[in-house]
Amino acid sequence: MTVHTRHGDASDGVLAEAVGGRLSRVDGPAKITGAARYAVEQQLEGLLYGALVESTIAAGKVRAIDVTQAEAAPGVVKVLTPDTIMSLRTASDWFGTPPPDKPYCPLARDITFSGQHVAAVIAGTFEQAVAAAALVKVSYDETPAIVDLSDGKAGDGIPIDAMTKEWGDAASAFASAPVRICAAYNTPREYQAPMEPHGLIAHWQGDHLTVWEPSQWLDGMARTYAEWFEVPFENVRLVSPYIGGGFGSKALALSHGAVAAGAARMLGRPVRLVMTRPQTFTGYGGRAATRQTVTIGAGHDGVIQSIVHRGVNETSIDGMWVEPLGSVTSIMYATPNFSSKQNVVRVNSVVPGAMRAPGENPSAFGIESAIDELAYEVGIDPLEIRLRNYAEQDPHAKKAWSTRQLREAFAAGAERFGWARRTPQPRSMRDGNHLIGWGVAAGTYPVRRAYGEARVRILADGSVEVESSSIDMGQGTYTILAQTAAETVGVSADDVVVKLGDSRFPRAGVTGGSRLAGVMTGAVYKAATSALDQLVGLAISDPRSPFHALQANTLVVANGRIASPRGEGPDVSIAELLKSVGRDQIEATGDTMPANSTAEDRYKNYTTIAMSLPHTEGDYSRHSWCAHFVEVRVDEDFGTVRVSRVVSALDSGRLYNPKLAESQWKGGIIMGIGQALLEEGIVDRRHGRIVNDNLADYLVPTNADIPDIEVISVGIPDLHSSALGGKGVGELAIVGIAPAIANAVFHATGKRVRDLPITLEKLI
Amino acid sequence: MRDFSYLRATSAEAARQAAALPGAMLLAGGTTLIDLAKCGVAQPDTLVDISHLKGLDRIEVGERGATIGALARMGHVADHADIKSRFPAVSEALWQAASAQIRNMATIGGNLMQRTRCPYFRDPSNFSACNKREPGSGCSAIGGVTRGHAVLGASEACIAMYPGDLAVALVAFDAIVHLGERRLLVDDFFLLPGETPDREHAIEPGEMVTAIEIPSSAAARRSTYLKVRDRQSYEFAAASAAVGLELEADGRTIRDLRVALGGVATKPWRARAVEDALKGKVLEPDAVRAASLLAVEGAVDHGANHYKIELAPRVVARAILKLGDAA
Repeated sequence: MTVHTRHGDASDGVLAEAVGGRLSRVDGPAKITGAARYAVEQQLEGLLYGALVESTIAAGKVRAIDVTQAEAAPGVVKVLTPDTIMSLRTASDWFGTPPPDKPYCPLARDITFSGQHVAAVIAGTFEQAVAAAALVKVSYDETPAIVDLSDGKAGDGIPIDAMTKEWGDAASAFASAPVRICAAYNTPREYQAPMEPHGLIAHWQGDHLTVWEPSQWLDGMARTYAEWFEVPFENVRLVSPYIGGGFGSKALALSHGAVAAGAARMLGRPVRLVMTRPQTFTGYGGRAATRQTVTIGAGHDGVIQSIVHRGVNETSIDGMWVEPLGSVTSIMYATPNFSSKQNVVRVNSVVPGAMRAPGENPSAFGIESAIDELAYEVGIDPLEIRLRNYAEQDPHAKKAWSTRQLREAFAAGAERFGWARRTPQPRSMRDGNHLIGWGVAAGTYPVRRAYGEARVRILADGSVEVESSSIDMGQGTYTILAQTAAETVGVSADDVVVKLGDSRFPRAGVTGGSRLAGVMTGAVYKAATSALDQLVGLAISDPRSPFHALQANTLVVANGRIASPRGEGPDVSIAELLKSVGRDQIEATGDTMPANSTAEDRYKNYTTIAMSLPHTEGDYSRHSWCAHFVEVRVDEDFGTVRVSRVVSALDSGRLYNPKLAESQWKGGIIMGIGQALLEEGIVDRRHGRIVNDNLADYLVPTNADIPDIEVISVGIPDLHSSALGGKGVGELAIVGIAPAIANAVFHATGKRVRDLPITLEKLI
Repeated sequence: MRDFSYLRATSAEAARQAAALPGAMLLAGGTTLIDLAKCGVAQPDTLVDISHLKGLDRIEVGERGATIGALARMGHVADHADIKSRFPAVSEALWQAASAQIRNMATIGGNLMQRTRCPYFRDPSNFSACNKREPGSGCSAIGGVTRGHAVLGASEACIAMYPGDLAVALVAFDAIVHLGERRLLVDDFFLLPGETPDREHAIEPGEMVTAIEIPSSAAARRSTYLKVRDRQSYEFAAASAAVGLELEADGRTIRDLRVALGGVATKPWRARAVEDALKGKVLEPDAVRAASLLAVEGAVDHGANHYKIELAPRVVARAILKLGDAA
């Protein structure tokens, strides 16, 4: 794979170590050399190992569990069943909704999906636990399962009124429109497939629980563990310094965690439990399967008069997951008449979960495919039709965009891609057996804002330490917070140590929805400013300071040295100053919460998502934007699709570190290529079970599938979105890739594929 | 845990004797065996390790053909200069198989013994019926998810596809497997499932693959392996073809043609009907495409794998025409 990168205005052109510079990942060497220790690699005295037993039916009841053989197996300490595991309390959900006052059992008697945890074996070694787990005999009373959305028993589902978005009179406007298109778009179950499977070590000391577990949200998960076990929140410590991929799947405490922590409490010894790869397909949810119909009424000039959108997503029998399918539909194009409604359908599956850009991702597949269909219907270039329907303000919220560099993205991407050389007719570009197609699609993701907290210390040797319970799952938190602290205090990034992933550090909300960088750079900026003020204050006012006699109003700190702004007087290092005033450190904790916030507000902010600020709060609608240009080569005889070129222009506002942002964008594009061409959880309809529950059969792209990817930043600082001007990065780039590829496939072949993934049998 | 004995064989003869005992299995590269043990399919009582045995990893290429020791690594054979020049289809089949890491570990003998990727075969805890695993228990795949299952050579007892690549090329060029002294055509080494899908290879207890021998031929020298799949790398074939071509002195009449299919059948599938239809004919596209349809004569689909019947002849035709173009 060769990767070319260019960066635009937002790179600031500054030194690598400052905010906006291209500093390489500071955690890179530890990861490359293996020095980085992941959660379940902790070595603990007396560690026990757990293995899960899962249901092999999709619906029914456990009739009996025979543990005789398993208990007699070598090394087995305990076999846990719904009858023998300790009772827990039901925990609140991630909105903080008070839970029903009833017990919670992480092992199931009532089976609602295949792969549900029904028992667990705890043994002296991993091998003993696995072998004994195979000896647990579970018998069932099976009942018919609802397999998926197409199951006759599934019905129309539950209307989710909160998802309804309507203005104008969409039905009449559609009926009277000169040009009408209507099509259904489907996406299958998709899975996060992180390299590091889910797992944990749980260790109780009295009423205090320590959990080493990969986590996108330490404080939220600590809250759940505390509520399950009815211990104070402060008694639970989550530790997660490194995460081997999350993609949305590691934000919540899950039932396997309750099993491990319950076993550890019962047995008085630390317990390690790691999911097998197949269990990562059933132990928690991937992206819900979705169905959408998009109807567009337009004039012959391609100007949209009406959009009617209906969406459905799967949820589980007893859980609720809403994948907001109208999220892009309702804001991408200007339309005077609009209607979007959504249902969810209960099926016998694990409750679906968050996966990179939940909602926006499938939503964009619908609307960005449909507008491409409209373009061909009216005979207008697919790029031109997007410009003709450009939304100058948020058509739903009726507010100004904070910033929307989408027109710039179309222009920059088209220029670099060479879009003007495209011949409009399908099947008009060819190279031997390869049909060549060029496709375009746009993407967007809202700016999710929240409050953050951080501690900054200036130490005796002049170095700076940053602490936060936020996390780095590869996106670069360690690095950008080092840059932020370095620039704010006035030291080199080499002299900043960032400590993350420990819930004893100042609190942080969820790392999800592309919010963390904006939240945490703001918090670190504030704490670092406060520490700097203390430092300068000491230098000016402490009688022992070499600056005391200067009677200066302020001093400047740069490159780790303190001096007066005009250079007169002394010039000393931070270390020398601290020594002279007899201090071994300066410490400041800062947060971005409103000034009158109570302790309860803070707890709620960091342990739930209830206090996230709406992206349409106040006068502006805040979103990131992107335009993808894709070339595919389709073998005419074989139906195989290869993406041969991608140029994407993206508006994430100001980039705190363009190198890392580009890397995340490319990651999103690569994941989108997998979604478009390869990824699909395939269900055996007789068993209601995913059969390709492993990385040989659930295909994600290899390096050989990934072509040149060129990303161009077209963002400008957006101070309505964050303290330092950035917008979301991590989820944006996957949004719109699948429709761009599907549109390119249509241009290549004349075949419109509306069901992902676009596998070869759909094209031969 | 499930205990098993580990025995480090001192010689090929000792390995054969040890592996003859019930519950014993040979261990070479381990890339299939350890995988199958992890998913609960292979449960050996004794592992007989032969990976260190001397002399079984030689690759010898002479005028009459190539002899490849059972312990030669896939990666070494794929990269061998004489294999590349005299048997390009063999090299191409190998380097398009698995991943670089697996090719560095996996041996040629082990490759011949590779088991099916049928998801029902590989998941005993969820799917108890599998005639290949448990004779007489039934077939979970029939009526299930069949996108990757065989359209050729299946029986009512089993529709599992043979997933490998190398053996497809071996079958095309009449390669011979050495089981110690016994010699067997690779084509005969692989068995159709019939009523006994648990028996996949014509190998008896106490026998061990020691080498494969590929006879030289003009068709083998001018050969290719074309593998078609959704993912560019590290995926089993949707359909593949090993093809070898020899033309008459006129440069356009087909003197010899070898065609074998992968990804579509229960064993490596020699397509003699295609060969017979084209031998003696002038190589031209329409004739090649028409004859290639014979590759899937008698094919039966199970719904989701119907595409293989469309795809396989196109793969065969492309491979033949590609070799013809290279004249």
